[in-house]
Amino acid sequence: MNLATIGAGLAAIGAGLGIGLIGSKAAEAIARQPEATGDIRGIVILTAALIEGAALVAMVLSFFV
Amino acid sequence: MKVSRKYIFALIISAFGAVAFAQQGTEHNHTHGEGDHHDHAHEAPAKAQQPANAAHAHEEEADQGACGHPASEDPKDFNAGETAIHHIADVNAIHIYGDTYFHLPCILYAPNHGWKLTSTSVFKVHHHGNGTVAKDGYVLVHGSIMRIQDAAFPMGEVAVSEPTHDEVKTAKGKDKTIYYVQANGVCYMLDAKTTLDGGLMGGGITSFYDFSITRNVFTMLLTFLLLFLLLRSAAKAYTSRPGQAPKGIQNFFEPFITFIRDDVAKPNIGPNYERYMPYLLSSFFFILGLNLIGQIPFFPGSANVTGNISVTMVLAIITFLIVSFSGNANYWRHIFMMPGVPKPLLIILTPVEVLGAILKPFTLMLRLFANITAGHIVIISFVSLIFIFTNKFGVGTGTAIGAAASIPLTLFMMALELLVALLQAFIFTMLSATYIGSAIEEHHH
Repeated sequence: MNLATIGAGLAAIGAGLGIGLIGSKAAEAIARQPEATGDIRGIVILTAALIEGAALVAMVLSFFV
Repeated sequence: MKVSRKYIFALIISAFGAVAFAQQGTEHNHTHGEGDHHDHAHEAPAKAQQPANAAHAHEEEADQGACGHPASEDPKDFNAGETAIHHIADVNAIHIYGDTYFHLPCILYAPNHGWKLTSTSVFKVHHHGNGTVAKDGYVLVHGSIMRIQDAAFPMGEVAVSEPTHDEVKTAKGKDKTIYYVQANGVCYMLDAKTTLDGGLMGGGITSFYDFSITRNVFTMLLTFLLLFLLLRSAAKAYTSRPGQAPKGIQNFFEPFITFIRDDVAKPNIGPNYERYMPYLLSSFFFILGLNLIGQIPFFPGSANVTGNISVTMVLAIITFLIVSFSGNANYWRHIFMMPGVPKPLLIILTPVEVLGAILKPFTLMLRLFANITAGHIVIISFVSLIFIFTNKFGVGTGTAIGAAASIPLTLFMMALELLVALLQAFIFTMLSATYIGSAIEEHHH
């Protein structure tokens, strides 16, 4: 048990909040405009991947530094 | 003129990338110089040699015993974390069943010893992937080749004991496991193979380099072969029978190919998408094939190739080079001279943009690596539940409880990993296409 574990946990919380927000907003957007589902899905995947990237950098740094 | 300038920019940013991925691996170098080992090579059976940087960290436990401790056979000492790390690591000999191994060629190089071509069968491996014979100073420990750190060690075949190990702290305060073997009653310290990451994940530069066909390389070759056999007829059909309905195996692959073309390449890259289709399709099928073969828990599979950071790094570097070399003037201007921004601000903005250009492939590398590795570790941890419960409640009830918990969880995780295998192949391709698209986008405002 050390600080790195807490750092990895914090990174997971941040990414979870971010991806949760994306999911909720995407569901709202698709409900409001079902014909734009394809575009919205692309944006969702891209943004989720970017958030995940930031979280992964944080986690890897917390384990190796 | 314009073209040549583009290539110069591309080279500059590639150089930045090289620095970002570079390894400052020389710091371990001097500690393993052979010269300073010669004089005490025949010393007492106590620890024959210590690298200088580990020596002082070693002092407090010097009285603990001469040659490390043997791998514990006691099930009470079962450590799920260590087991997981062992299973996701790359090895030189593939374990099939019991004491049966699939032997692979070894290509080893030691600076003072030259090249050595052999096969892992010379190490006469028995259980746990441990060899019983040292061949020209090389031994097999847990399936990986290690080298005896002693120039005076006899060449040829020498019987060695079961390897023992010792946990030490390096000068940087990191935990490190050092392995020993005994031969003719003398304890020899072992060197792991060189890793060119500056000791970040391995031992840094040691006394030998391992260029062998390891399990990962073998699995990659197998995947190449499988993809070639499966995709060749489909690929041929598009030139020999253009515009006609798909036939045979082409039926299976056409949805993937049209998906990559219509949903990944066209919207993200734009009208010039066709130039990049070969790369996108290759990387998609290669990553997907490796992910799926890695899912198979027994012999031809079982390798953790896309969960190896070197493999994902090379894939990310290829994307990075394609982005850099196809980037137009507009792309480079937005990195080095963001238009419409006051000049003093560029001092801050340019480094941020350059860093951004390097971070993109960096996250591409980490995403694939972390997702696949995490999946494998979780599966192994769930399987380990059986052993943990057996330790707690004894063989019988404990094993039953463990299996009852482990089997559904493992099945669930395996199903999830199938999804992740597809998703990560897709995301890698998708992000590569997005980065390429942003690099060749024409200026319009």
